[in-house]
Amino acid sequence: MTFFDELRRFDGFDFQGFFASVTDADVSRIIAKERLSGMDYLALLSPRAASHLEPMARRAQELTIRHFGRAVQLFTPLYLANYCTNQCVYCGFNTKNPLERRKLSLDEVEAEARAIAESGLKHILILTGEDHKKSSVSYIADCVQVLKRHFTSISLEVYPLTREEYAQLVAAGVDGMTMFQEVYDEPVYLELHPKGPKRDYRFRLEAPDRAAQAGMRLVNIGALLGLHDWRQEAFFTGVHTDYLQRAYPDIEVAISTPRMRPHLGGFPPKVIVSDADLVQYILAFRLFMPRGGVTLSTRENAKLRDNLLPLGITKMSAGVCTQVGGRATGQEDTGQFEISDERSVAEMAEMLYSRGYQPVYKDWQYL
Amino acid sequence: MSDQLVIGGKALQSRLFLGSGKYSTNALIPAIVEASGAQVITVAVRRVDPEAGRENILTHIPKSCVLMPNTSGARNAGEAVRIARLARAAGCGDWIKIEVISDNRYLLPDNQETIEATRILAAEGFTVLPYMSPDLMAAKRLYEAGAAAIMPLGAPIGTNRGFRTKELVRIMIEEIPLPIIVDAGIGRPSEACECMEIGAAAVLANTAIASASDPVAMARAFGQAVAAGRAAYLAGPGAVHETARASSPLTGFLHE
Ligand code: SF4
Repeated sequence: MTFFDELRRFDGFDFQGFFASVTDADVSRIIAKERLSGMDYLALLSPRAASHLEPMARRAQELTIRHFGRAVQLFTPLYLANYCTNQCVYCGFNTKNPLERRKLSLDEVEAEARAIAESGLKHILILTGEDHKKSSVSYIADCVQVLKRHFTSISLEVYPLTREEYAQLVAAGVDGMTMFQEVYDEPVYLELHPKGPKRDYRFRLEAPDRAAQAGMRLVNIGALLGLHDWRQEAFFTGVHTDYLQRAYPDIEVAISTPRMRPHLGGFPPKVIVSDADLVQYILAFRLFMPRGGVTLSTRENAKLRDNLLPLGITKMSAGVCTQVGGRATGQEDTGQFEISDERSVAEMAEMLYSRGYQPVYKDWQYL
Repeated sequence: MSDQLVIGGKALQSRLFLGSGKYSTNALIPAIVEASGAQVITVAVRRVDPEAGRENILTHIPKSCVLMPNTSGARNAGEAVRIARLARAAGCGDWIKIEVISDNRYLLPDNQETIEATRILAAEGFTVLPYMSPDLMAAKRLYEAGAAAIMPLGAPIGTNRGFRTKELVRIMIEEIPLPIIVDAGIGRPSEACECMEIGAAAVLANTAIASASDPVAMARAFGQAVAAGRAAYLAGPGAVHETARASSPLTGFLHE
């Protein structure tokens, strides 16, 4: 069994009917509960619960401090390559976009790694587009060998791999994987992914299962907000996280809550997800999964990131650059999306201190 | 001082152990140690980062403290052993608190893997303090495996739910000839006191102190509560050797 089978249980589920049945008393009762069911989580995502954000926030903050402390783990992404054979309509790396394509040589990886390591960061997230030849698994493994000299934790955000390929990268020194399903709703998924290997909905959906089976320690998932009804997408992301924690109790689970950003190609969001919606999502998730990580990227602006911090955030990116390389090497090329928070690692650390949080640069030791 | 706790050849006056993972800055640690009087502090090896500048935890731990690295993040005995060896190689001393957790929802320890890691590390000369789910048989095996003390949980980590495992820990205190240190779940000083009253050798507190509005004041309160609980244990009916020396036995008249 994988999450694909689990998801089938919700085929035809009447979300609107459920939301209409949620009362204020239900929401208050759920906020006070010790352990929430999946349906409790859905109730907290309902329009009705939107008027209960303050009590939800208090509970979320308390749970987060209890389980994660007054500490936030920092990391930064490193784009290794922007070759891509897919046509995700919402992405700047879409194969049809006229963009200078390149990938880092191992020497360039070394130079980027040095530049990043100088900021003190020990956790890195490496990214590529989907091109099985140009950004092959063995290329990624070679990059990992270089990065291991500078970082104690290496996470992967690349195209979905087979279980054997994940195992190969775990053996090479990767300990985390990020995989955004983008959209859980299958018809919408197919509409937004017209061509390329990414069109295989199920292969992507089951990637976290395969990674966990291959020994990955950390699995981070997410839906790209703005592509479909956010309440449903938030619900499925939460249910997916809960499933992974149940099926693989020894992994650490986390979610990201990315909202669509402007990019080359200019696909406008289909659905506007407001700041209040985003807050409701993060709070509901924290109450549902008290020990689940929440990763906040620089797609959000500095002010909002600062305000979201005490609501349940456990990891933040800093010193971000969404171009290939871009810190020590490379030209002025276009990034995957525009970032809204350009603060350096040192500036992020200062912000965390000023709000009573410890910036954690290292939370894993490569073994 | 006659009432000392001796572990791994170190004599401790304070019976409060501290955690270190959840503070708003590691720079708070010296004040926490000072206020609480604690002499043992545990540090996650995975977080030790000598290059972390002002957050390098090793620079914040007073020299008077015993450093107890822990294997947080280990999912099996093999990982725990590797983390312990890394800690020793990094100059963190010979003490090691074993934490093996393969369930990230409740963070309950895996006793079987913990026993295995204890066996290996005790044989390598470590002073091993395993964190465990209170279970008498597992505790006996930890004793046989060479543990220097045993650290059963009071409630799941980070829950602040108090001394929920009291009956099971009480049995361990009676049956196991090692110091029993209640670790995890203790949310209030009164609960730490309760652990000490029934004869626990020490209490480890982290979340309760780190999540308090005033962590330094809370650390002081924990130090006092642990000392009070210990004094009550020594003074009370729990101290068997004291009653044995009662000056006027109730049935003494029978022998007159
Ligand atoms: S989202 Fe990923 S797979 Fe899709 S076009 Fe962009 S880089 Fe390629």
